Amino acid sequence: MAFESLTDKLTNVFKGLRSKGKLTEEDVRVALKEVKMALLEADVSFKIVKQFINSVSERAVGEEVLTGLNPAQMVIKIVNEELTKLMGEEVTELTLNPGGKMTVIMMCGLQGSGKTTTAAKIAGKVKSKGKSPLLVAGDVYRPAAVDQLKVNAEKVGSEFFSMGTEVSPVTIAKEAIQYAESHHNNVVILDTAGRLQIDETLMQELIDIKNAITIDETLLVVDAMTGQEAVNVAETFNEKIGIDGIVLSKLDGDSRGGAALSARAVTGKPIIFAGMGEKLGDLEPFYPDRMASRILGMGDVLTLIDKAVEAKQEADEEKERQMAAKLKKGSFDFNMYLESMKQMRSMGGLGGILNMLPGVGKISDDQLPDEKELARMEAIVLSMTPRERENPKILTPQRKFRIAKGSGNDISVVNRFIKQFEQAQKMMKQMGGMKRGRHGMGALGGLMGMGGGIPGMGRRGKFF
Amino acid sequence: MADGLFKRLKASLTKSRNSISENLNNVFLGYSEIDEDFYEELEERLIMADLGVNATSRIMDRLRERVKAENLTHTSSCREILIEEITGQMAMPPTAYVFLNGRTVLFVIGVNGAGKTTSVGKLAALFKGEGKNVLIAAADTYRAAATEQLVEWANRADVPIITGKEGADPASVIYDAVHAAQARNIDMLIVDTAGRLHNKKNLMEELRKMSRIINKELPFWNQENLIVLDGTTGQNALSQAHEFGDVTRLTGIILTKLDGTAKGGIAIAIVNELSIPVKYIGIGEGINDMTPFDPNAYVRALFDEKDQEEEQHD
Repeated sequence: MAFESLTDKLTNVFKGLRSKGKLTEEDVRVALKEVKMALLEADVSFKIVKQFINSVSERAVGEEVLTGLNPAQMVIKIVNEELTKLMGEEVTELTLNPGGKMTVIMMCGLQGSGKTTTAAKIAGKVKSKGKSPLLVAGDVYRPAAVDQLKVNAEKVGSEFFSMGTEVSPVTIAKEAIQYAESHHNNVVILDTAGRLQIDETLMQELIDIKNAITIDETLLVVDAMTGQEAVNVAETFNEKIGIDGIVLSKLDGDSRGGAALSARAVTGKPIIFAGMGEKLGDLEPFYPDRMASRILGMGDVLTLIDKAVEAKQEADEEKERQMAAKLKKGSFDFNMYLESMKQMRSMGGLGGILNMLPGVGKISDDQLPDEKELARMEAIVLSMTPRERENPKILTPQRKFRIAKGSGNDISVVNRFIKQFEQAQKMMKQMGGMKRGRHGMGALGGLMGMGGGIPGMGRRGKFF
Repeated sequence: MADGLFKRLKASLTKSRNSISENLNNVFLGYSEIDEDFYEELEERLIMADLGVNATSRIMDRLRERVKAENLTHTSSCREILIEEITGQMAMPPTAYVFLNGRTVLFVIGVNGAGKTTSVGKLAALFKGEGKNVLIAAADTYRAAATEQLVEWANRADVPIITGKEGADPASVIYDAVHAAQARNIDMLIVDTAGRLHNKKNLMEELRKMSRIINKELPFWNQENLIVLDGTTGQNALSQAHEFGDVTRLTGIILTKLDGTAKGGIAIAIVNELSIPVKYIGIGEGINDMTPFDPNAYVRALFDEKDQEEEQHD
């Protein structure tokens, strides 16, 4: 297949992010540029894309590092949330007047968008809800449009009203209402001819119809495959005629359906139905969140994120509990050291954590321990066997040499690190009986509060 | 007639405040020096014309190359290059209209609502006006009243038509039409087909079968396989052209509904990526509102060129 789907595209973009582990502002910018391109390829209107990207980057840059989520997941989350917000968050149903009171629906849209077919589909739908629909042939221009509606009316078992093609649609609309009243039809669906939004005469015709009869719902039918023009169409129809809802047709195709987003965003009107096929039963409610996922192409990924977030929270709490228990016993090992490093990073680095600690105040970068130094310490621990990590006492000189080699450090560096670690261990033991303060920071908060206790940080403990 | 159509195309292109020509020209009016802002805005405008990201970046790359190579600094020269580039891309292969000289079957296909039936009616009138013997085959036996719609067009164009019952096998209509065409000494057999979305396997296979019958029954005729594209369609049209091209070898595009503000920039993308020439354009609902595609006129209309050039046209 020559055309990469939006799913693939965004997945690739975010795969790139994920593998980096840490997200910089530049990463966000690059990612959003890809999102922008992908949305444009999905035919979302250029203006809407621009606004969208701006609002996402505003949110992403401030928020992403602090929440403890994987940064790439965070960006996906924000993109999806903003997209769903734009799509309208809830399913909107067609509003029908209660009881026997008549509801009048007018279809409008460009040529070939699917008005006549949709009109018949809606008639079938309301009939199945126990209403008595009347399909009105108001397209007097396109050859055989009246016949098409008549055939479809029969198929869905709806009553049908036509005055041929020599009468003005305004007159047809008025007569249709009277007919419906005398025949007890409580839903009148008026089909109209396709027209361009810049066709003044034909647009006036719709206005005239609206002035002549009471229309409850004016529905704009938009082809899901529409390009950049969708925004102009929706905007102009809404400004001139005033629409109450949108029907998205031909959604059973493989289009990415960006037109839906454009039309929705520019009019603020809900999308009420989605046309899912040529059969007259193929009309479905429109689910904004699903559409957002379709445009994003990331439904599965999003579910995964939700699960990952939950799982991570549970796992973190569990680990925290274990660590606290170990600390109480005074057994502090290299595994815990690694874990605290990892936690620290996922929480926005040392700087981020320190800034969150009450009483620490603002810390400038040069006051922080060197990230490179920390990485070096981590390398040393990673070069240890699991047994050595659990049990630092067994570290013989031979083992230390091996570790130095494995981590690419001088033996003196390894020795110094282990010494510092042993000191820290001792301090932990002394602290063992002390009560632990706040919950949120848990073990890590405790470690940080100890001042020079942690190797690799101790040297610059002055800010405590 | 073509001149009148060109004027109308131009008129429609410049009609709206959102028109592409206005947008494009604004970029050149807004900047005199070529710089990154200018490039960026130009790029935006091309994307807003539905050219898509790929075709746009390819065109922009060419533009940057030439600006660099030719040491240009003024945006006005950029405009010329852009016109040249797009016109060049949209240029017809020399054999594009050879089919007009022999017996031809035109197989008109596309997605729902693109304007196939209307285009078939207009083509019939166009060929009839050129003195050809035209026959229409109404092979859309699926959509309600599609045959009635086409019969009306056939009457307007004063051209005979072969029809089948609603729900009948479209292949049988083609079979009948092919034999009628041979018997009646027809020059142009125009086959209308039911609209279908290109991701519907069965419907696409049905189309493949129809194409095969035409090949088999009329081996010595030219076969023009024309895909009808709605000028307001976005990037999905690429997918359409690709999938329909998989079923039958596409020889051209009919670009419809160019009387709105959308100007079918997607056609530029398709020519750019799939090299299928646009052969006819539809710019209104009247029976004479179809014309062979003129790349120069199209691009000039896109850029809203001045009147003296318009007079040189045709």
